[in-house]
Amino acid sequence: MASKHVRFTFEPDQVKQPVIYQLGHEFQVVTSIRMAAVDNSIGWVVLEIEGEPDEIERSIAWAQAQGVRVDDPTLGDVVEG
Amino acid sequence: MSFEQALRCRECGREYPLAPIFSCEYCFGPLEVAYDYDGIRAAVTRDSIERGPTSIWRYEALLPCDPAYKVDIGTGFTPLIKADRLAKAIGLDTLWIKNDTTNPTWSFKDRVVSVAIARARQFGFTAMACASTGNLANSVSAHAAAAGMEAYVFIPQDLEEGKVVGSAVYSPNLVMVDGNYDDVNRLCTELAYAHPWAFVNINVRPFYAEGSRTLAYEVAEQLGWRTPQRVVAPMASGSLFTKIYKGFQELHKVGLIDEPIVHMSGAQPEGCSPIATAFANHTLNFVPQKPNTIARSLAIGNPADGYYALKVMEETEGSAEMASDDEIVAGVKLLAETEGIFAETAGGTTIACLQKLVASGAIRRDEETVAFITGGGLKTIEAVQGKLIEPLRVTPNMASFESAVAARDGALAAGGR
Ligand SMILES: Cc1ncc(COP(=O)(O)O)c(C=O)c1O
Ligand SMILES: [Zn+2]
Repeated sequence: MASKHVRFTFEPDQVKQPVIYQLGHEFQVVTSIRMAAVDNSIGWVVLEIEGEPDEIERSIAWAQAQGVRVDDPTLGDVVEG
Repeated sequence: MSFEQALRCRECGREYPLAPIFSCEYCFGPLEVAYDYDGIRAAVTRDSIERGPTSIWRYEALLPCDPAYKVDIGTGFTPLIKADRLAKAIGLDTLWIKNDTTNPTWSFKDRVVSVAIARARQFGFTAMACASTGNLANSVSAHAAAAGMEAYVFIPQDLEEGKVVGSAVYSPNLVMVDGNYDDVNRLCTELAYAHPWAFVNINVRPFYAEGSRTLAYEVAEQLGWRTPQRVVAPMASGSLFTKIYKGFQELHKVGLIDEPIVHMSGAQPEGCSPIATAFANHTLNFVPQKPNTIARSLAIGNPADGYYALKVMEETEGSAEMASDDEIVAGVKLLAETEGIFAETAGGTTIACLQKLVASGAIRRDEETVAFITGGGLKTIEAVQGKLIEPLRVTPNMASFESAVAARDGALAAGGR
């Protein structure tokens, strides 16, 4: 078992989709929400995803394919000026 | 003597020992250094600081590292210039320019890197690392060279020549990554977990970021131990912007200035404006962007401190503004022509946004304002090349000179410039 921390950002048209529910349904992973916010129909959540490493990566790739942006939860972009 | 006490989560407040870590195990919030402010208050006075070295190290009591480990190549205590000609041009009564182009590698990054490398040495690291489009790479390369440490510097493939040379001259391990911006990001995050390096903006980020507070300390001291009414500063990750405000608040906390009443305004390029866009939309949740701007030093599409920068604007009744590429170039030229300071595109962004904020009334004419110019222009000559005056071409005799001047003046009069 492994765990990975990610930040999902949802654009307005994705906020209403049950992406996190489906993630746990379609893949052998357990998600727990550590922080989240939604306003003006923009939303993000910081998640811990637990499961086998390959399964975690597959689930993240699936989320990206749904149009969700996936980032490291703390760092943002590390390529600075 | 250092008064750092612990690392504290900015979200949930949990504390951690002083170590090369950057995120809270519980909520993944960012960690920030906590200090013993009573100890600092007892240890420093205006006098003791004024007697210190003319560098950031005059504020060593406020820095999160043992100064015995410092690598001092002359960073900080840069000029604060009264910018009367620029003030007049844009319609302000009192404007100051904090000119951080005079640092050893010509940008404010020398402040953050100075603190990061001192703390890294104190932790026992023997190699520094960073990922950068220029300024940070230059500064890490220079400081590591001066310390005799190894440096791993990752750069994207399509950089301006001046920025590559500005790192290469110090002979770091210079790695140009063949991939897009997101690829470089992902690679560097993976490398940071896999190698025993002090990656300045990853595992030692809490310490690194603190270096920017020295900009606020210097400005307050240079104004005679007080704050201005308005600050305009550039934003990429938003770290510099939030730390300037924190610096003013801390000076008050340790008894060196009165309670600061300062409005904080942030500047971003239109082509990478996640923070300024969120401000315009009245939200604290920015949407990450794909950068496309000539201000490459400000091209952070997913800013780690974007949320905190927006909080600072909210708390200080501040604002954000954005400038187009053309406005950025005009800003570089205006600053050069009025004040004799050649800034890079981040400085052009700051001046252009300052001008727009004054024009829109977001900054009142009578607000005493400090604009932070954070990087020098010779690194981004590509941005202004072809958009400047052309030299008069003459043959080596007086008559040729006089007729060339007359021809130019005639053309100017006819064309109205
Ligand atoms: C010249 C210059 N100004 C401003 C910034 C913005 O810094 P921050 O990421 O702290 O917002 C940078 C960062 O790369 C820079 O190089
Ligand atoms: Zn926390």
